[in-house]
Amino acid sequence: MRSIRARLFTILLVTTGIVWLSAIAWIYLSTKAEVERVLDARLTEAARMVSSLITSQEIAIRKAGGVPAMVAVPHVSYDRQLSCQIWGFDGTLVGRSESAPGQPLTAAKSGFSETTIDGETWRVYAVANPELGIRVLVGDNLYVRDRLVADVIRGLAFPALLILPVLAALLWLSVGKGLAPLAAIASALGVRRASDLSALPDNDSPSEIKPVIRSLNGLFARVSTARERERDFTAFAAHELRTPIAGLKTQAQIALGSNDEAIRNNALRQITVGVDRTARLVRQLTDLTNAESGELDDDAGHVDVGRTLQALADDIGQHHRDAASFSISAELARLELGVNPSLFMVGVRNLLENAVLHSPPDKPVRCDLRRDQGFEAITIDDCGPGIPEDELPKVCSRFFRGRNQTAAGSGLGLAIANLAAERMGARLYLENRAEGGLRAELRFKKTVRNGKAAQGNEIRPI
Amino acid sequence: MRVLVVEDDAVLLNGLQVGLGLAGFTVEAVATCADASAALDTSVFDAIVLDLMLPDGSGLDVLAALRRRQSRVPVLLLTARDSVPDRIAGLDAGADDYLGKPFDLDEVGARLRAMVRRSGGHAAATLQWRDIVLDPASMGATRGGQPVRLSRREFSILRALIDRPGQILSRSQLEERLYGWQEEIESNAIEVHIHNLRAKLGPGIVETVRGVGYRMAEAGL
Repeated sequence: MRSIRARLFTILLVTTGIVWLSAIAWIYLSTKAEVERVLDARLTEAARMVSSLITSQEIAIRKAGGVPAMVAVPHVSYDRQLSCQIWGFDGTLVGRSESAPGQPLTAAKSGFSETTIDGETWRVYAVANPELGIRVLVGDNLYVRDRLVADVIRGLAFPALLILPVLAALLWLSVGKGLAPLAAIASALGVRRASDLSALPDNDSPSEIKPVIRSLNGLFARVSTARERERDFTAFAAHELRTPIAGLKTQAQIALGSNDEAIRNNALRQITVGVDRTARLVRQLTDLTNAESGELDDDAGHVDVGRTLQALADDIGQHHRDAASFSISAELARLELGVNPSLFMVGVRNLLENAVLHSPPDKPVRCDLRRDQGFEAITIDDCGPGIPEDELPKVCSRFFRGRNQTAAGSGLGLAIANLAAERMGARLYLENRAEGGLRAELRFKKTVRNGKAAQGNEIRPI
Repeated sequence: MRVLVVEDDAVLLNGLQVGLGLAGFTVEAVATCADASAALDTSVFDAIVLDLMLPDGSGLDVLAALRRRQSRVPVLLLTARDSVPDRIAGLDAGADDYLGKPFDLDEVGARLRAMVRRSGGHAAATLQWRDIVLDPASMGATRGGQPVRLSRREFSILRALIDRPGQILSRSQLEERLYGWQEEIESNAIEVHIHNLRAKLGPGIVETVRGVGYRMAEAGL
């Protein structure tokens, strides 16, 4: 059932009905037992009374037989309840009441018994009077008894049936009233603007609703944090794009305004560089958003490290034709990792790109495998200027550009690599090599290989 | 006019250097706060174009240090952050003008000329000495209403002399105003330019003070 109100209403109505029905059943049984007890006692009493009346000779028994003529009484519901017969021991009917049938009410000599005569069931008490040689039979029509019980039950059930619709209406209204706080929340949420992520007030709400409101407020808080971060990021990205665009515009104005071929050519070259850099910045922004918002599939996948690195190296080589080349060790090329391929490519691509952009063109960037206790690491060594030690803790923050930046640097590469590493369950370490240049090390826990990404990896930017 | 440009984006820095150079400015281009401070310590500039977000700090720090030293050199802030609070913060930190990126190259030139003009106590866009009128915006010169064609360097020398009539400028002072650090200075370039100026404007305008330098001729001579 969809509606809580209808559900509660039905449950309440059904349980009330069941309670009522059981009460009626109980009353029926107990009334019936009580009626039987009382009427049986009366039967006994009546039989003894008749017997004793005859004994004391207050009523003359006309031996001649013949039924005494009794006046017919108007028929009302509980008359003819009792029938009385007086039989001689010899089997003659000495006397009977008006309503009594002609044949004996029972064959029993004494005590209680039940007989069916002409389709009517009688409860009969027999008492023998040996002094006079007669037997008094007093019978009670069971139909009358049943009707008595049925009347009691009907008397109970009829008002109950009348009350039932009123009860149902009251139940319906009360359930509605009881659910009012829910309706209030629904309408409060219904009229909200999409931008309104303020918390719902929960101090005067009922305790059953409080958890819902708290969870909702928690969700609102998380959504608004995420939104704020997105907004900050968009603003930051917009600012970040304005500088290269300003460069492009300036160079374009120079190219348009100058007649000197050397100046114009230089401006056009600068424009090419600027466009490349802007394109890279845009791609990195997309990467960062994707890596962050979880659009990349989080499920552990499978990465053939050798082939992936080679593909990335080729691609980077095409974008940066004059840049340093890569050398990938055979051991690393054989490595296979159970991590998400998209995250792996995004992360490693930025590390490789950083390495070639900072390296002199004649010194290749070396990619190697390092195994240690509990992890295996991809190391990327360049021969560039490295990162000043005081900048190392900061280089993974977004848009941080250090002193040893390159023209193409956007300040995003390491932030992306670090984020992608986190999402893969890996860790990124950066250190200046003793022989000069930077080593970027991407450490994967050994368990990463066997299916699921290792949980609980302590992840912290370097 | 010597201008220091501080900007960390290489393409934009190159654009400003070349573009402002074509507009008649002598441009020193640096990319970091440290280089900017070093340049400001060692030479004198007529104006500074300053980016706010620099790799080793904020341009505002450079500006603050400059103003602490009581320097009155006009500063134009160039930045990607041009919301009203950012502009207010920049101007209150001692900047003279504020331009959001992306900007128009000609506008940067115009604003620099206006700032330099005001800092020199002038309001008019043109400079006048006797019947010679200089227009820094177009680098045009007239004498008695007749246009005189001057090269960029000749114009700069004439302008430097007219800026402070009567004051003697040495050859090295003139060289500093004419050439950036990276530029090669020919040994007798100034003499050649002065010679050309005299040829174009006629005698009795630019005066040589033997052993000291040059100045505009004293009145009555």
